[in-house]
Amino acid sequence: MNALASPTQPATATVTAPVIEATGLGLTFETGDGPVHALSNVDLAIGKGEFVSFIGPSGCGKTTFLRVIADLEQPTAGRITVNGMSPEEARRQRAYGYVFQAAGLFPWRTIERNVALPLEIMGYSKAEVAQRIARTLDLVNLTGFEKKFPWQLSGGMQQRASIARALAFDADLLLMDEPFGALDEIVRDHLNEQLLQLWDRTNKTICFVTHSIPEAVYLSTKIVVMSPRPGRVTDVIDSTLPKERPLDIRETPEFLAIAARVRDGLRAGHSYED
Amino acid sequence: MSTPRKMNLVDTAFQRVLLFLIIILTLLFYPLLEPPYLSGPGWQSVLILPLLAYIILVLVQRYRGTALPPVEMGVGLFLLAYVPICLSSLRGFDGEEAPRNYWTTVAACALAAWLLNDLLSGPKYRTGWRGTFAKFAVPAIFSLTLLFLWEVLVRAFNVPFVLLPPPSAIGVRIANSLPVLAADVNQTIFKAVFAGYAMGCAAGFVVAILADRFLFLRRGLLPIGNMVSALPIIGIAPIMVMWFGFDWQSKAAVVVVMTFFPMLVNTVAGLTAAGHMERDLMRTYASSYWQTLFKLRLPAAMPFIFNALKINSTLALIGAIVAEFFGTPVVGMGFRISTEVGRMNVDMVWAEIAVAALAGSVFYGVIALAERAVTFWHPSIRGG
Repeated sequence: MNALASPTQPATATVTAPVIEATGLGLTFETGDGPVHALSNVDLAIGKGEFVSFIGPSGCGKTTFLRVIADLEQPTAGRITVNGMSPEEARRQRAYGYVFQAAGLFPWRTIERNVALPLEIMGYSKAEVAQRIARTLDLVNLTGFEKKFPWQLSGGMQQRASIARALAFDADLLLMDEPFGALDEIVRDHLNEQLLQLWDRTNKTICFVTHSIPEAVYLSTKIVVMSPRPGRVTDVIDSTLPKERPLDIRETPEFLAIAARVRDGLRAGHSYED
Repeated sequence: MSTPRKMNLVDTAFQRVLLFLIIILTLLFYPLLEPPYLSGPGWQSVLILPLLAYIILVLVQRYRGTALPPVEMGVGLFLLAYVPICLSSLRGFDGEEAPRNYWTTVAACALAAWLLNDLLSGPKYRTGWRGTFAKFAVPAIFSLTLLFLWEVLVRAFNVPFVLLPPPSAIGVRIANSLPVLAADVNQTIFKAVFAGYAMGCAAGFVVAILADRFLFLRRGLLPIGNMVSALPIIGIAPIMVMWFGFDWQSKAAVVVVMTFFPMLVNTVAGLTAAGHMERDLMRTYASSYWQTLFKLRLPAAMPFIFNALKINSTLALIGAIVAEFFGTPVVGMGFRISTEVGRMNVDMVWAEIAVAALAGSVFYGVIALAERAVTFWHPSIRGG
């Protein structure tokens, strides 16, 4: 399970303590219809600089796992550390940026004020805020749209702005919950390509929830396959693809082999239902 | 209509019917230049000349087969000529029954105003300077038509003055009583309404924030708030007079009670308007309660808060005026209404009502403008 021990891991040159380490993690929601096991006995370690995708059908707990890392949900069993701390401490130290399924930009703020939002809350100086807005908007190719309001931009641009917002403060960990789920295929390809470049440039650790197999394989250094009822990890696949990934890598046999393994993992998780 | 097609003066069958009706009704208007018609100043007959020029122009253009002049111009000229005739004729049969063909002319004027508004609501008047013009012209024509019919009906049927004075008499009364009206507005609106409104809304807002912060307040206070807003709050006016005296302070107190709970209930509802995702986002930034309040929840609550401000603007006016019925110094809009109606000076009562309506509209309008500026981002205002 521990990918850090794996020699095939290409992205982690300086191996230190894992950024995220979960052991025996479980989360049960008490509902009117009885308990729902959103997560059950999850063991996982994510090293610095990795790009980890969580893939699985809906209800498999992939979003819940991300929310546990972000301290938006509290686990009911096991333990998890983020940067060696509890998720709550990590959240208080602003250890991560979170990108939600929808952009969630504040409609009363311009794009630049939206990117400035976390910086204002964290008390950055005015000059620092201005400089970071310029830098992060440039990173997501939104320079020139500073004064626009979110509702004046397309869905893809809004999502890019929300990524810029998550990048604006220097969190080394980026948590992304199906950020491109609502976008069309072409915009999605484009944003995936940009996301890889961004990851390459910033050397952040990225946890990425998706339900698209090609997206997971294209982006990740590690793919975590999950299955529902109870939500659990069924397979962890270390990608053998090089770090340099043009879009047409998706036609190579290597890529297709990994995709086939992911698909097998997903099918295995489903089989007990048939 | 600027297309060279014949019979294209108007677009729809409905407008054509209206136009024919107007022409037929106008032809019944005879004899044109005898009393009681034109019992007003003689120069009024001059007003008919532009209409005649327009009719000649239409006939010439039809004959030559070129584009007809716009029909709305003709209808406007018709109204300009015939409305003054209808109004000044009223003096001619004062106290006597109006002749039947007088009513055909009045009907023609009303239909012409209808037709004009229908034309001004057409596709030609949706955008550009024409759109702007129509946006102001249509409501103006509409209300002027109502005033015209009110004037004509009340005076031609000799409706008793006490029951319903004609708008002209109310207008004259307003013009002749400006100092009294100004003193009343100052007493009721500038003192009682503004003070009470500001205090009531501010208190409602602050208590809403406290209720949001402390659950026991929300649970304990909101049911009471719902109960109090169901009470006939005017009933407390005599009590407020006992507590705060006869002057404007007791009226302001009534306004405070009336405006407090709408603001409280709306703000508490508005503070829950921010979405879960946005709140989670603020949580990921380890944002404090106050940071989340000022940067997310209050901006998101603004549409609700402005809703309360608008509701309260009319409530405050009602509260202050009616509260004056229960004891007041000898000035104030409510005082004036209650005393003048006892002295059968209904024109003064109507004058106060008109001033109150105007003041209320301006008050509401200013808040609505502020709302547009603050909640420009809301889909209901940015339109999409």
